[in-house]
Amino acid sequence: MAKLKVNGQEHEVEVDGSTPLLWVLREQLGLTGTKYACGIGICGSCTVHVDGKAVRSCTLPVSSIEAGQSITTIEGLSPDNSHPLQAAWKALDVPQCGYCQPGIIMAAAALLNENPDPSDADIDARVDNICRCGTFNRVRRGIHQAVKHMKGGRSA
Amino acid sequence: MSRERIDVGRREFLISTCKVAGLGTAFSLGLHLPLTATARSRGWGDEQPSDGLPEVNAWVVIEPDDTVIIRIARSEMGQGTLTGLAQMVAEELECDWDKVITEYPTPGENIARDEVWRSFSTGGSQGIRGSHSYVRKGGAVAREMLLQAAADEWDVPKGECRAANSVIIHAPSGRTTTYGKVAAAAAELFPPLHVELKDPKDWKLIGKPVARLDTADKTNGKQVFGADLQLEGMLNAAIRACPVFGGKLESYDAAKIEGMPGVRKVVQVGDDAVAVIADTWWQAHTALQKLPIVWDKGPNATVGSADIDRMLEAGLSSDDKVFVGNSNGDVQSALKSAAQTVEATYSYPYQNHATMEPMNATAVWSEDKCEVWCPTQNGTAALEAAAEAADLPISKCDVYKIHLGGGFGRRGAFHDYVTQAVLIARQMPGTPIKLLWSREEDMTHGHYHPVTKCRLTGALDEDGNLTGLHARISGQSILAAVRPQWMGEDGSDPITFQGFHKDGDHAISYTVPNLLVEHAMRNPHVPPGFWRGVNINQNAIYMECFVDELAHAAGKDPLEFRRRLMADHPKSLAVLNAVAERAGWGKPAGGGIHRGLAVVKTFASYVAACAEVSVSQEGKLSIHRIVAATDPGYAVNPQQIEAQVEGSFVYGLSALLYGGCTVKDGTVQETNFHDYPSMRIDEMPEVETIVMPSGGFWGGIGEPTIAVAAPAVLNAIYAATGKRIREFPLRNADLRPA
Repeated sequence: MAKLKVNGQEHEVEVDGSTPLLWVLREQLGLTGTKYACGIGICGSCTVHVDGKAVRSCTLPVSSIEAGQSITTIEGLSPDNSHPLQAAWKALDVPQCGYCQPGIIMAAAALLNENPDPSDADIDARVDNICRCGTFNRVRRGIHQAVKHMKGGRSA
Repeated sequence: MSRERIDVGRREFLISTCKVAGLGTAFSLGLHLPLTATARSRGWGDEQPSDGLPEVNAWVVIEPDDTVIIRIARSEMGQGTLTGLAQMVAEELECDWDKVITEYPTPGENIARDEVWRSFSTGGSQGIRGSHSYVRKGGAVAREMLLQAAADEWDVPKGECRAANSVIIHAPSGRTTTYGKVAAAAAELFPPLHVELKDPKDWKLIGKPVARLDTADKTNGKQVFGADLQLEGMLNAAIRACPVFGGKLESYDAAKIEGMPGVRKVVQVGDDAVAVIADTWWQAHTALQKLPIVWDKGPNATVGSADIDRMLEAGLSSDDKVFVGNSNGDVQSALKSAAQTVEATYSYPYQNHATMEPMNATAVWSEDKCEVWCPTQNGTAALEAAAEAADLPISKCDVYKIHLGGGFGRRGAFHDYVTQAVLIARQMPGTPIKLLWSREEDMTHGHYHPVTKCRLTGALDEDGNLTGLHARISGQSILAAVRPQWMGEDGSDPITFQGFHKDGDHAISYTVPNLLVEHAMRNPHVPPGFWRGVNINQNAIYMECFVDELAHAAGKDPLEFRRRLMADHPKSLAVLNAVAERAGWGKPAGGGIHRGLAVVKTFASYVAACAEVSVSQEGKLSIHRIVAATDPGYAVNPQQIEAQVEGSFVYGLSALLYGGCTVKDGTVQETNFHDYPSMRIDEMPEVETIVMPSGGFWGGIGEPTIAVAAPAVLNAIYAATGKRIREFPLRNADLRPA
C-alpha cells in the first residue's frame, strides 16, 4: 500500500513498493501523460515533480516517496493548459510527435521554479531530455518566451 | 501551373451513394480513439465519431454548427502531415479554418468503400506529395455539392453562388447561408462530373504557416498514444523474442513465474517469442525478467560485426552479384588518362529507428472478429497483418490508428508488433490485451538502417576538372528483405542507388562525363528496413564527402568545384548557392569556425546545407550553425517545413555522432539510450532554414534534409582539422586536429 499525493489529490494504491512511480502513475492512477521510453532514467520522458523538483519517475520506487511529499504530473501542471510553458509551446508549435514533450515541459517547469530567468547553459544542463523528432530549438525558444511572459506578468 | 480540371470518377459516386459505412460501429467495442485531438481541445467529448452525421463526401463531414471534420488517411507521427493535408482540403472547400478538426478513417472502412481514401501508407515523404491532387479534389467536390445544395434551396443557378469561410452567398439577391445548414442536403446530391482546382497563385491557406491542429493535447498529457491506451477489462503483455535474428523459442518454464503478482498467463507467440500477460504491464515485465527461457539460436548464433564487415569488404572488389545503377561514358579510360586519381572507402553502420514510444499494439480477438488499436504508418498494412495473425478475413477485422510517438520508417513496412499482439489476444479470446515492448526489446528487434560500404575513385584532369567517377557500393539491400516484388528482374535493388540515379526523384546532382555506379549486393542476417531518408543517408555521405575530397585534391574551392558540375542541375545549384550566400561562404567565419557544404536531390526535393563547426585541440566537436535550404516545389506550411528541417538535423546528426548498432553472437548489442545515445539540446546548432519553393512539382519534406546533415558537418570537420572521417559513428573517431 502506498499513499501518494498527486496533483493535489490523495491516493492510496495497492501496489508493490518496488514498482517505479512511473508505472503507479500510469497504471494505478491512469495518468498516462507521463511516458515510458527508456526505463533507465536517462531520456527524461518520465519526468515529474516531487515537491517541485524534477525527478525521473521510471527508476524511482514508489516506496521511496515520503509521506507529505507532493507529486505533480503534466496533467496537474496547470488546470487548463495555461502554464506559461504550455502557452509558449502552443504558440510556437513546439511538439512534433509529442511523446517526449510532457517530460520536457516538466523538466523546464522545474527549472523555472528554481531559476526564473535561466541562461542557455542552464537550459542545456537541466532540460537534457532526448527528443528524436528534434524539437530542441523550439524548446529553447519556448522556455525563453515563457520567461518573457512571466516577467511581463509580474511587472504588469 | 494553371487551374487543373479534374474528372470526378467512380469513387466519388460511391461516396455519395454509400455514405458512411460505419464499420466501426458494428463492432463490439467500436471505439474510435483518439478520434480527434482537436475536437477534445475544443472542449468536446473524447469520442466524437462522425458516423451517423451526413458526410458531404469521404473527406468532408460538416456538422450543423459549421464544424468541419476533415478525414485524413495518412498517419501523423510528428511530421505535420495531418495539418498540411487538412489545409489542402480546406483550401478548395473554402471553409472556415478555425472550425476544422480532423479524424482518421479506419483502413477497414477504406477497403469496404473501394479504397475511397486511397493510400494509408505514410512513408517516403509521400504524405503530401503523394496525395495533394486527390485531397484537393475532395475539398473541391464537397464545395461544389454544398453550393449546389444552397442553389437548389434558393432555386437559383449554382453559378451565381460562391463560398468563403463556410458561408455561401447568392450575390444577386444577397442571401446567405452556411455550410452547416446545407450539409445534410448536399450529402444527398450526386457529385459534379468535373471540378477545377485553384491556380496556386490563388491559394489562401496552402502556403500559410498556420498552427498545427494537434498541438494542444501534446502539451498537457491528453494526447493518447498507443502505449497509453486503456480499455475496459484490458490486460497487459510484455514480450521477449529470440535475441538472435532467425532463432526460435525452444522452451520456457512458466511454472516459475505463474504465482507472481498479477500474472494471468504465459503464452508462446509465433515460433520465436514468449509473452507474459498480467494485470499491469509492470507486473508482466517484472515476471518476464524472471522467466527461464531456452532459445534455439539458429544459424546466425555466432555472427559478429567483423564477419559482416568482411562480407562487405569483399563486395568492394568482387564481380559476383554486382548491379549497375547508373553509367555513362567510359570510366576506366577516364581513370587511365587522368592527371590525378583519388580513392576513398567509406562505411555506414546499422542504425535503430529508436522511436521514443516503443512498439506496441492493443488487440481483442474472438472467433468472428478482431480489432486492433495501434500506432502505424500504414493502417492498411497493419490491418493485413492483424487479419493474417487473427486467421480471419479482412472484412471481420479493423485497425484504429493512434498518433505515433515517432515513426521514422519503423512502423510502416513492419507490423511485427501487431502480429504479436493478435497472436497473444487469440490466446485469451474476448479480452483486450495491450502489448508493449520494453526499450531493450525495441533496440534489439529492429529493422535496421542497412549497412553498406562504398569505394569511390575519381579522375581529375590537369585543370582539376572531374572527368570520371566510379562508385562501388557493397552491402545490404532493403528490398531483398522487405519488398522483393519491387526489385529489378535481374535481382537488383534500385533504391540502393538513391541519390545516384540518372534522373527522377533521387537523381544525382552533378554531370560527370564518365560515370559508373555499382552495387555489390551483400545481405547479412540482421533485418534491414526503411529508416527515415533510407539509402540517401549514406549515399549522400559517400558522394558529398568524396566530392569535397576531389575538390581539395584538385586545389579548388569546394563550392566552385561543385558549381562546375552543376550547369545542368539548376534547382540543385540554386539551393546550394542559397546556403553558401546566407552562410557567407568564402568569407572567414572567425573564432576557429570552419564550414562544410552538401547538396542532394531526394524525395523529389532539392536540399543543401552549410555547416559551421569548430574542433578543439582536445578533439571536441561543436556544431555552431547550419544554414539549410529546401526547394520542395510547393511549400504547404512553411513553419512546419522549418520544424522538419531542424528535426532532420537532430535525426541525421544523432546517427552521425552516436548511432551505430554492433553485432555479437548474432545479436544487436546496443540495448538502450546509454549505449545508443541521441543528440541533446546542448549539442543542437542554430539552424537557419531557407524555404524556397520554385513551383511546378511536389517534393517531400520529412526526409530530404537528413541526407545533407552528416556530409555538411563532415566536410566542415575536414576544413577544421584536415581529417577525413570515413567510418561512423564519430564518437569512435579521434578528431584532434592533424
